[in-house]
Amino acid sequence: MKQKTVAVVGAAETTEMGKIPGTSQLMLHADAALNAMRDAGLTAKDIDGIATAGDSPVEIAQYLGITPTWVDGTSVGGCSFMLHVRHAAAAINEGLCNTVLITHAESGRSRVGARKFSRDPASQMGQFEVPYGVTTPPTMFTIPVLRYMKEVGVTEEDLAMVAVIQREWAAKNPRATFHDPISVDDVLNSKMIAWPFRILMCCLVTDGGGALILTSADRAKDFPQKPVYILGTGESCETPLISQMEDFTTSKAFRVSGKKAFAEAGITHKDVDHLMIYDAFAHLPLYGLEDLGFCGRGEAAAFIRERNTAPGGKLPLNTNGGGLSYMHSGMYGMYALQESVRQMRGIAPAQVPGAKISIAHGVGGMFAASGTIVFSNEKP
Amino acid sequence: MAEYPRPLPLPTPETQHFWDGCKAGELRLQRCTDCTHTYFPPRPFCPACSSRKVEVFKASGKATLYSYIINHRPRPDFGDQPHSIAVVTLEEGPRMMTNIIECPQTPEALQLDMPLEVIFEKASEEISLPKFKPAPTPARK
Ligand SMILES: [Zn+2]
Repeated sequence: MKQKTVAVVGAAETTEMGKIPGTSQLMLHADAALNAMRDAGLTAKDIDGIATAGDSPVEIAQYLGITPTWVDGTSVGGCSFMLHVRHAAAAINEGLCNTVLITHAESGRSRVGARKFSRDPASQMGQFEVPYGVTTPPTMFTIPVLRYMKEVGVTEEDLAMVAVIQREWAAKNPRATFHDPISVDDVLNSKMIAWPFRILMCCLVTDGGGALILTSADRAKDFPQKPVYILGTGESCETPLISQMEDFTTSKAFRVSGKKAFAEAGITHKDVDHLMIYDAFAHLPLYGLEDLGFCGRGEAAAFIRERNTAPGGKLPLNTNGGGLSYMHSGMYGMYALQESVRQMRGIAPAQVPGAKISIAHGVGGMFAASGTIVFSNEKP
Repeated sequence: MAEYPRPLPLPTPETQHFWDGCKAGELRLQRCTDCTHTYFPPRPFCPACSSRKVEVFKASGKATLYSYIINHRPRPDFGDQPHSIAVVTLEEGPRMMTNIIECPQTPEALQLDMPLEVIFEKASEEISLPKFKPAPTPARK
């Protein structure tokens, strides 16, 4: 159990999102960080902990002018920022640092100053997966779904419905990439990417970033924004090779991470008012709802079809529009966290009235890793 | 033979026996002599019990189709036709990534749990890739 509580006191995304060809990836980190520092009323001199993924925390610290006493470069894919929040909470509680900045940025679409993408042919993936055409997420993350569909009776229409309902949320969000309503037929008739996945079942590829600032709950009350408290956290990992997942119908990393976070927060599923599940592809919310325990095995598709996660439903899910309709620069976990913080502050474009507890659940790699954060706007 | 344009594996000392096996037309797996666990990908110890007492053996080459996609995005190195990227469950238990070949690349032809057998596709002098094709239907007695 946690002895002390840590809170988010600064949160912001990059000034622009979508196509930002005039800004390098490094400057996108800085843009998000400067926005978050302004949100918290701080400058780089006030930050003594730094974390980022993909790029080096050393470079982000140097670029921004931060001298940290705590550094975290955990980089396990798009959920890395959930892990950073977890590690930062522990570090702040332990007295390793006081004020942590976590940044993400990726010039995912324009590739300005972006990392080169390559796989070592001697790595396990280079030897045992890449030679068969496994390269980018659409040829990797998608592979388990046919087994899941066969085992639990999910259909292509069910997958399409995930995208349809998330578009309803995106329609309420001025910053979302897509706003126009879509139907199940629109999704099923969109361009085939990797059967059974059509392009509208796959996440966007955009430019952008986000940053969070955390400190102890005791200090948090002196900051300008309403503190968002961290009630519970979880993390885990399973395998870099999707072929070596224990079971294609459920993510072990999701189950382990979610269970930890719920236990640490001391909450039940009924307590959760708002949920973010990293949706790189349309099947992710189905796995997430089941592996986090919101739905029984094979029940998530019906839960979504019956509009429980849609606007007006009892468990609003991916209320920014998600990676499918809001934005996805490469490591979307940061944007799931940002939307949870907005919902807890009460300032989200599609605000869930009276929401007190929000969960942001992330995936890293292709079911490779996971991180889960339980937030609340009430001090525990 | 024309140069194989795809990314090919670069064996490491711990995986060389597997790729040597493929070159010789054998699918080689490893098994723990302490706990009998059979596993893949190769490594010189048992991931179930951490024992270093493991042996290499020739697998049957029989498998069933666990899951797959049919990639529709053009890949210069894979041609412009849709192609399967599949995970199979080997008769001995482990799963591996592969392609299903000698079979139409359609959902109708590629049925989950269909029986398969290994076929080695020579990619270079050093590397043959284990791929799988539909197992012949057993002859009527
Ligand atoms: Zn063993």
